[in-house]
Amino acid sequence: MTDIVNQKLIPDPDLQDIQHTHIEPSQGWVALQLKELWRFRELLYYLTWRDIKVRYKQTILGVLWAIIQPVVSMVIFNLIFGRVARLGPEGIPYAPWNFAGLVPWLLFAGSLSATAGSLVGSSHLITKVYFPRLVIPISSTLSGVVDFGIQLLILFGMLFFFPVQPTLTGMLLLPGFVLLALITALGVGLWLSALNVQYRDIRYIVPFLVQIWFYATPIVYTSQKLEEPWRTLIGLNPMAGVTEGFRWALIGTDPPGTMIFISVAVSVLILVTGAFYFRRMEKNFADVI
Amino acid sequence: MSDIAIRAQGVSKRYRIGQGLRPHYKTMRDQIAQVFTRLVKRRSQPGLLEGGYASTGDDTIWALRDVSFEIKPGEVVGIIGRNGAGKSTLLKVLTRITEPTLGSVDLYGRVGSLLEVGTGFHKELTGRENIYLNGAILGMRRTEIDRKFDEIVEFSEISKFIDTPVKFYSSGMYVRLAFAVAAHLEPEILLVDEVLSVGDAGFQKKSLNKMEEVGKQGRTVIFVSHHMPSVTRLCERVILMNEGQIIQDGSSEKVVSDYLSSGLGITAERCWNNRDDAPGNDIVCLRAVRIKTADGKITDTIDIRQAVGLEMEYDVLIPNYVLYPHFNIRNEEGISLFVSIDTDPEWRRKPRPTGHYTSITWIPGNLLAEGTVLVGPAIRTEEPHRILHFFERDAVAFHVIESPEGDTARAEYPGRLPGVVRPLLEWETHYSSNGRYP
Repeated sequence: MTDIVNQKLIPDPDLQDIQHTHIEPSQGWVALQLKELWRFRELLYYLTWRDIKVRYKQTILGVLWAIIQPVVSMVIFNLIFGRVARLGPEGIPYAPWNFAGLVPWLLFAGSLSATAGSLVGSSHLITKVYFPRLVIPISSTLSGVVDFGIQLLILFGMLFFFPVQPTLTGMLLLPGFVLLALITALGVGLWLSALNVQYRDIRYIVPFLVQIWFYATPIVYTSQKLEEPWRTLIGLNPMAGVTEGFRWALIGTDPPGTMIFISVAVSVLILVTGAFYFRRMEKNFADVI
Repeated sequence: MSDIAIRAQGVSKRYRIGQGLRPHYKTMRDQIAQVFTRLVKRRSQPGLLEGGYASTGDDTIWALRDVSFEIKPGEVVGIIGRNGAGKSTLLKVLTRITEPTLGSVDLYGRVGSLLEVGTGFHKELTGRENIYLNGAILGMRRTEIDRKFDEIVEFSEISKFIDTPVKFYSSGMYVRLAFAVAAHLEPEILLVDEVLSVGDAGFQKKSLNKMEEVGKQGRTVIFVSHHMPSVTRLCERVILMNEGQIIQDGSSEKVVSDYLSSGLGITAERCWNNRDDAPGNDIVCLRAVRIKTADGKITDTIDIRQAVGLEMEYDVLIPNYVLYPHFNIRNEEGISLFVSIDTDPEWRRKPRPTGHYTSITWIPGNLLAEGTVLVGPAIRTEEPHRILHFFERDAVAFHVIESPEGDTARAEYPGRLPGVVRPLLEWETHYSSNGRYP
């Protein structure tokens, strides 16, 4: 017998340090613990991947569904708001102009709805296993990006058939506008998802909120006819900044100007407060859900 | 290397009544109504109870009270106790699913937890996809899952169907796959709730072996279970909990046998010392109900082979009524097993004088099935008109525990035996050496 043989398990190379977990009651506002969140990035990836995979597996029309819905909406908006009410801008074809606002809006609306209901929908995970709960709303927000990607391709396709002038600077900033939409959706979603655990009425409020927000955002109408200071103040709605940015980039309308900074500031504010509120409420999730 | 793997200090957990037991969310209307009541009544909220458990408010319960223990690296520790003793709450605190109300816990090492198998499994995804998803949920790295993938598939015995969506799996296949992923979790500290009672007998045995192997690899394991044979087999040390507190901590043989023979707690016996609270009316009232073994000890756990006594004490306050004491016997699922009515010839159909009575009846051994049996005492009168003096549903309860010795109705069968009763019947087999058909 050799006593010298080290019988210890071969540990994972990145796990060699002994981890120390300290558990105690938290009081009031707590840190976001982004490092802990980063440790669980693979879980974030798998939950997002699951949502996307399941969505396309469950619907018979699958990818088609992501196309039909916005295209039909656009056709209807084109008839009602473009032809009848004439809310569009002058000198620009209504259809691509409207679609350039609709596509990021659908990303926002879809992500927001999914995020708001995400915690309650994952109660079986929350009561059975630990991980930073922020993973759940974040993955729900992200799972809308595939639908968005498909719709964006259609939008790009449309641009070839209409006399529009995409701007290069705008195109380079496009990912930034997408990010702005996602951050806004996540920020509002964090508030609503945490509130939804405590107050189940939230789920009835969400569709209503999305609908009102839709009309508060220049999607079927143009905001560029507005006068200052209203034209800048509409940036308080971050989605106004997003749609303006998209149109500037893809259709060649006037750049968003100072309003975009207001949009970014509001969006970041909602995200940060939402994250802290979420963390504060987090300790009760497993007990209340 | 630290000489402590887990240290719990004064861990307490308070729930509002209803919380944790059923969903406790509110509607905004409730909340708004509450604000108004508070404004009108000017009632101050009860403050946080710091340490004073005895004086809990009406709407809170302490699921854990001042639980402290230390576990060394490599120890395999069982936690036992009745339903509601706080075992699962303790595990939820240790796994960080829920926060303690007071106290602290330190865990030294990578923690893995297993409160159920197949958490996060999605029926639309294939076996392969679910292995990765479930692995990630349990805290495994992708590289780790890649490395163990073949082993997991082999353990689950479903390699042929690994690319089939799990919605097409039988429940047995589903559970095998789920357990296979969980069994390949390799943390330094493993916290396990009762998950071994899944699958068919063969797979259960395999799972138990796997758990034993995990214990021998030098990991620290906390294992919560109702199943005493697996506890004694897997654990060298056992912590016994009751009403949220640790009441015994020691070697597994000692604690388990004390637990089985102690008749722990109050469910095996209930007494009403105050006539105002006692079930009953002006004619008859209940004084006590208890579960007894053949040698007269009060117990909540009974060997399946042993007879069990159901006893009720009652006072007759108004004379000259004919009484029918009886017990309603149900199992955990609420299925009525039988009703036993007092047929003692001494008092049968006879008007009773006032006084104190004690009636006992015996359920023979080898009749009830394994599991929890709930006992509800009642007394009726039929003449001159029907009166139900009292019926105290599920007043007391006891667990029927299978004997591992093979002399029961189970014989050598190791799996889950269906049926609400399990009588040991006589079998006869006749043999003849000439052919099957004449």
